[in-house]
Amino acid sequence: MTSSVNSDILLGVKARGSLVRDLIGIAVIVVAAVIGYLLFPDNLALLTRILAIALLVLALDLVTGYCGVATLGHAALFGAGAYAAGILSAHYGINDPFLMTLAGLVGGAASGLLCGAIMLRAHGLPQLVLSIALIHLFHELANKMSSWTGGSDGLAGIAPDPVFGMFEFDLYGQTAYVFGVALLLIVFLSLRILVRSPFGMLSRGIRQDKLRVRAMGASPSSVLIRMYVISGAVAGLGGALNAISTQVVALDTLSFTQSAEALVMLVLGGTGSLFGALTGTLIFMLFEDYVSAANPFHWLTMVGALLIAVVLFAPKGIYGTAADYFALRRKAKP
Amino acid sequence: MSAVFEVSNLKKTFGGLTVTDNVSLSMMPGDRVALIGPNGAGKTTFVNLVAGNLQPNSGDVRLNGENVTKIGATGRVRRGLVRSFQVTRLFQDMTPAEHVALAVLQRDGRATRLFGNFLTMPDVMAEVAALLGKLGLADLAHRRVSEIAYGQQRLLELAMALALKPKVLLLDEPAAGVPQSDTGRIEQALADLPTDLAVLMIEHDMDLVFRFAKRVIVLATGAVIFDGLPADVTKDARVREAYLGSYADASHVA
Repeated sequence: MTSSVNSDILLGVKARGSLVRDLIGIAVIVVAAVIGYLLFPDNLALLTRILAIALLVLALDLVTGYCGVATLGHAALFGAGAYAAGILSAHYGINDPFLMTLAGLVGGAASGLLCGAIMLRAHGLPQLVLSIALIHLFHELANKMSSWTGGSDGLAGIAPDPVFGMFEFDLYGQTAYVFGVALLLIVFLSLRILVRSPFGMLSRGIRQDKLRVRAMGASPSSVLIRMYVISGAVAGLGGALNAISTQVVALDTLSFTQSAEALVMLVLGGTGSLFGALTGTLIFMLFEDYVSAANPFHWLTMVGALLIAVVLFAPKGIYGTAADYFALRRKAKP
Repeated sequence: MSAVFEVSNLKKTFGGLTVTDNVSLSMMPGDRVALIGPNGAGKTTFVNLVAGNLQPNSGDVRLNGENVTKIGATGRVRRGLVRSFQVTRLFQDMTPAEHVALAVLQRDGRATRLFGNFLTMPDVMAEVAALLGKLGLADLAHRRVSEIAYGQQRLLELAMALALKPKVLLLDEPAAGVPQSDTGRIEQALADLPTDLAVLMIEHDMDLVFRFAKRVIVLATGAVIFDGLPADVTKDARVREAYLGSYADASHVA
């Protein structure tokens, strides 16, 4: 059968193409991490925070960008992961950083299941309102359970052991930074596999047309709830990284503001693409840091202006627009 | 041989308006049935009732003898009842290969696998290549759907439906919106449908109906007013009155 032979050749090329993109993605993250380390050796704490938030924004991209669920409460999953890791160390004295990270993953996934089960009962605007209600409930719960969470004072007493018994979480934050970069690389690669998988394709289908997906015999809600759990696990990893690196969990990790900022970062970079999520986080966080130092009174105004400019002139986000531009140029060439 | 698909006394009202009025029909494997009727006759409502997108007020739908009236749309698809849509519903940023692969994976219960790329699954790819090849879409396998012609999108809808290996296929105006020059390709695809598949086609284009169907059912104001051979449909007085109306004279000429 010639047609199948032809397409087999074509397909081999396509499959290899996405592998190349994986390798490029990993190389870009590693290079950016090294440049960050060389440029800001005294501010590794900021870079580690960027890594943690990047995990939150990647998690948000899974449900918002890939599945089309708009939420303003995703920091609930991030915060749940942070508290799970923090409580394990502060209250149970389990200080192994890998176990704490695992606790973050489990805590995030569990709250993802809870939030997903509630949010997916609604659609559109009511769904968005539910997400806001949920993040406020999570915030209030953490505030009231102060014997566990430290309430508004934050959860202190987190003391992670050295990684592999050798690398201490030092004052300069070198260990935390390397730990964070490694975590991001693992998550990035896993998510690349996920979004290419049959499940990832089905999710993209659900975002575009639920009725069509049902007409194929698949149930959108069961896919969405699974994606929420996966997203929770990723956000929880980010929270755990934040708890391990700062050795404290503040109440505002579970805030509406943090959720909204994550959505802003995602839109800034471009939804529905892992690279977009990473780009948006990096630009927003660096911009915020730089502008807030330069002009502490008006930095939010400038962030607002940047966002308006991106939404008006590059509606697919910074990464999405750049990717489209280069794709067009490549096509224009013979 | 027993009926693969049976509808009995199906009734649906919206408020005081009866849109499906005691409709009954049964189909054998291999049947080619056309469902026609004037605008507003309740054809699309009937398809939605049968496919499980709407719940009837009363009546039953049976698939292979099993009562599926209480089973939702996804459950009916898994039992072999597949529909297409009047206006194509495809995923604009995906390729034909991805569409068909997704349908194949879904049919096999592999669509929720979290890893693996269908491009590297030989069994899935063989089926994708065979189906797209059969419908003349092999060269477009990796284009985005938004870049291919509407007639080809129609064929892709058919490929997706076939990938689910249905026993009963509901086609809602499979040639609607397709330019005259491309309808031949679609008609050919309809003629090549598996011989053991029961097909119920809703169609406005009478030429297509007469060439495709071995049996015609006419729906008017929600009720079946004719169920018989295509050759007899234009002779039926009630059909002329309800549906053909001004075409009745023209049919003498044809």
